[in-house]
Amino acid sequence: MAVRKLRAIVANAAVVALVALTVAPLVYMVIVSFMPRGESGTLPIPLWPSRWSLENYHELLVRRQINGAWFDYRILPALRNSIGVAMLATLFGLLLTVPAGYAFAKLRFRGRERLLKLLIAALVVPGQVAMLPLFLIFRHLGLVNSYAGVILPGLAGIFGVLFVRQATLAIPDELIDAARMDGASELRIFRTIVLPLLTPVVVTLALFTFLASWNDFMWPLVVLAYQQRYTLPVAVAAIAREHAADGELMMAASVVTTMPVLLIFLLLQRYYLTGLLGGGVKG
Amino acid sequence: MTRQSRAAWLFTAPVLTIILIVLVIPTIAALALSVTDYSVYALADPGNLHFVGIDNFVELLATPLFWRSLKNTLIFAVLGVPMAIGTSLLAALLLNDATVRWKPLWRVALFAPYVTSVVATAVVWRFLFNERFGLLNQGLALIGIPRVDWLGNPNSSIPAILIFVTWKIFGYNMIVFTAALAAVPQDLMEAARLDGAGRWLRFRHVTLPAIGPTLLLAAVMSVAGFLQIFAEPYVMTLGGPAQSTTTVLYFMFEEGFKWWNLGQASAVAFVLFVMILLLTWIQSRIGRRNEWL
Repeated sequence: MAVRKLRAIVANAAVVALVALTVAPLVYMVIVSFMPRGESGTLPIPLWPSRWSLENYHELLVRRQINGAWFDYRILPALRNSIGVAMLATLFGLLLTVPAGYAFAKLRFRGRERLLKLLIAALVVPGQVAMLPLFLIFRHLGLVNSYAGVILPGLAGIFGVLFVRQATLAIPDELIDAARMDGASELRIFRTIVLPLLTPVVVTLALFTFLASWNDFMWPLVVLAYQQRYTLPVAVAAIAREHAADGELMMAASVVTTMPVLLIFLLLQRYYLTGLLGGGVKG
Repeated sequence: MTRQSRAAWLFTAPVLTIILIVLVIPTIAALALSVTDYSVYALADPGNLHFVGIDNFVELLATPLFWRSLKNTLIFAVLGVPMAIGTSLLAALLLNDATVRWKPLWRVALFAPYVTSVVATAVVWRFLFNERFGLLNQGLALIGIPRVDWLGNPNSSIPAILIFVTWKIFGYNMIVFTAALAAVPQDLMEAARLDGAGRWLRFRHVTLPAIGPTLLLAAVMSVAGFLQIFAEPYVMTLGGPAQSTTTVLYFMFEEGFKWWNLGQASAVAFVLFVMILLLTWIQSRIGRRNEWL
């Protein structure tokens, strides 16, 4: 009995230690972002602010005049861009992939199996291979430096199509066939019968798409040259490469970039974690 | 055309068209681009574009920085995959213990880094890795380990980035492994226990074969992920010190979008592509031999 109790204590302590180590960087990021400017660069390293201060957020977010010229880090425009881009990417992503995923699962059409095989094969292709010609194509089409240019490549949602297909397979054929017998149109069947059953899957996919778009870095970095169009990761990377030494300011920038998605994740974690395992209609 | 197939094309054509335009055509175009001398001159005037055959590849093989980036990337993958998969498995095994309480809470906390932006958390870790003012050296000093200039020393820069990457991604496979562990046959486990098999023997002969396919799949996907490291060196080290963290993708980015040698950069992209294909193939072969797949 005593051995079992000891084991339980050791196992729980190990888990708590692992969690503490994992969460520590994020907690420390938040704490440092509220330190008075320059405090994190003193010894011994402070683990707690001498006073809680908003100076770093003020410095980071507020536009001000320096020597007669307006200056700011353009974090607020980047925040706005990131929200807009991620929302549009999610909306269009769902509109494109959900009906397609359903069609691949339940509608019979010529070439379906072959297309499906091609899609699965295309999953192996790293997106970065397409990046260089894509830049040239977009330059030709005038999409460089535009939001459309940032969003479009992310809409090639092979993963989304396969994800929705997998979940749709669990819907019984009889349900769809019965509606067909009653004379419902294909569009109507999709909207009124299939879509409600797929709601949890759509929420999960929306979450995946939003987070992927929010965190996307390399392509926005390539396609955006105007500072005013930067998304948050691109803006933060630009500041980080210039203001390496400014600990508190950088932590504040990281807080602004990570907190929105962390909160969304915490609110919808059930959808996210079941979705990860391909969990579908059964919920 | 039947009513069903009309609807099917209506539903699938939009996304297939986009996949064709932004993925399939550019990937084929990348191969075409890699046999041209596309550079900043061609960018200004297409008349300056010439077919150069395999010259780009020949030149690439004669470029020391390319070999360096290839070596760095392989080091990232060879060290990173076991490190990340091992951490994920360890965390999953810990969480799987029957005596552990509040599992859902821990699971969410351990997963949290995965959903954050690489750029933002790379900035945080660069700060933690700071030689004088970083939390990591401070913590190591408590147990008597001397200061390490993590990102400033070519010998510790890759391990440092790997610590960050592992921290960031282990939660993903932890969730995948947790599900696989839940499916390990309990009657087999019980039989092994009755036969007097210890903890390690049960892990080795019951748990491991049961989660083998999952482990292999996770490894394949991790290898591909480690071959595509870019944001980490871009933000934390700028590829240095002494080019010790210049990865293939970082090299491609600099070559393509800093120097605008798009022909040369496409050759790099293709080498990366072939590497990923090859590794995926090798790992699926290993899996088949062990009858995991």
